[in-house]
Amino acid sequence: MNERPILIIPCSGIGKPFGTIGRDATFRVVDELRKGRADTSCLSLLVMGDEEATEQIRESDCIAVDGCPLECARKNIEIAGGRIAAYFRVMDLLRDNRGLKPKQVTFLDDDGTRLAEMLAERIAVKVDELGGGGLD
Amino acid sequence: MIKPKVGVVSCSGECCSLGTLSRIATRRVLEDLKAGETVTICLPLFLAGDSGERMFAKQFPTVAVDGCHKLCATKAIEKYSGATAATVDVESMLEEQGSDPPASRRIFTPEDMAMVAMVAGAIVEKVDGIKEAQDA
Ligand code: SF4
Ligand code: SF4
Repeated sequence: MNERPILIIPCSGIGKPFGTIGRDATFRVVDELRKGRADTSCLSLLVMGDEEATEQIRESDCIAVDGCPLECARKNIEIAGGRIAAYFRVMDLLRDNRGLKPKQVTFLDDDGTRLAEMLAERIAVKVDELGGGGLD
Repeated sequence: MIKPKVGVVSCSGECCSLGTLSRIATRRVLEDLKAGETVTICLPLFLAGDSGERMFAKQFPTVAVDGCHKLCATKAIEKYSGATAATVDVESMLEEQGSDPPASRRIFTPEDMAMVAMVAGAIVEKVDGIKEAQDA
């Protein structure tokens, strides 16, 4: 059993729905599905070089969730010296579910919500595999 | 003379609802209130991108929208790209109003959306101020 919660870091994609899907899925896991066993942190803290956030990343198993092939979450975690224990890409999920066509960015539409739910389930299973704990 | 668009860049703010508030207010400005006059960029690209992104604040006078006093967007932009033209500190705005942050970082109530409108209004004021200075 991992003593620390698994740290799920979504990218901050703001121009297309993919970033919102990763972010929404992360909050579903952290606040509902695996509350207490997973946590998140602001990716922007890593970007601006916050020491506390960098230390937290280095001491945790991280799950990176990226919206597009530019892979900002994964790259920023690695630059900060963090361990990527698992990696999810919203684009891969879209490829597996071609019938779903999310369009809204600010608030997800039905297709975006469905994708966020699916992604959250997959992340939650990974949290179980990694054995996150520690916030209870 | 063609005037450059104004950049509006939100922090990612996964840690709390203030980040979601910054992000939604920024989207309101980009897609509605100042559509066509403003541009944005995913903040983590400043560190994870191929360095072309670092020209952003030099090309566009930029308003940073920060969820809390840590001011990640402002600091990251200034570290990697250039001086910001203005900052909107959402936590300070709420403190001045005596308002509590939204309860959820994923689902916003009508009261939370009133706060979004207030923050979006503050961003628009900054954008207008920058455009007026360009005209002077
Ligand atoms: S991975 Fe893509 S969508 Fe996500 S923050 Fe980076 S550029 Fe934006
Ligand atoms: S400014 Fe605050 S809310 Fe925004 S990313 Fe930084 S720590 Fe998070």
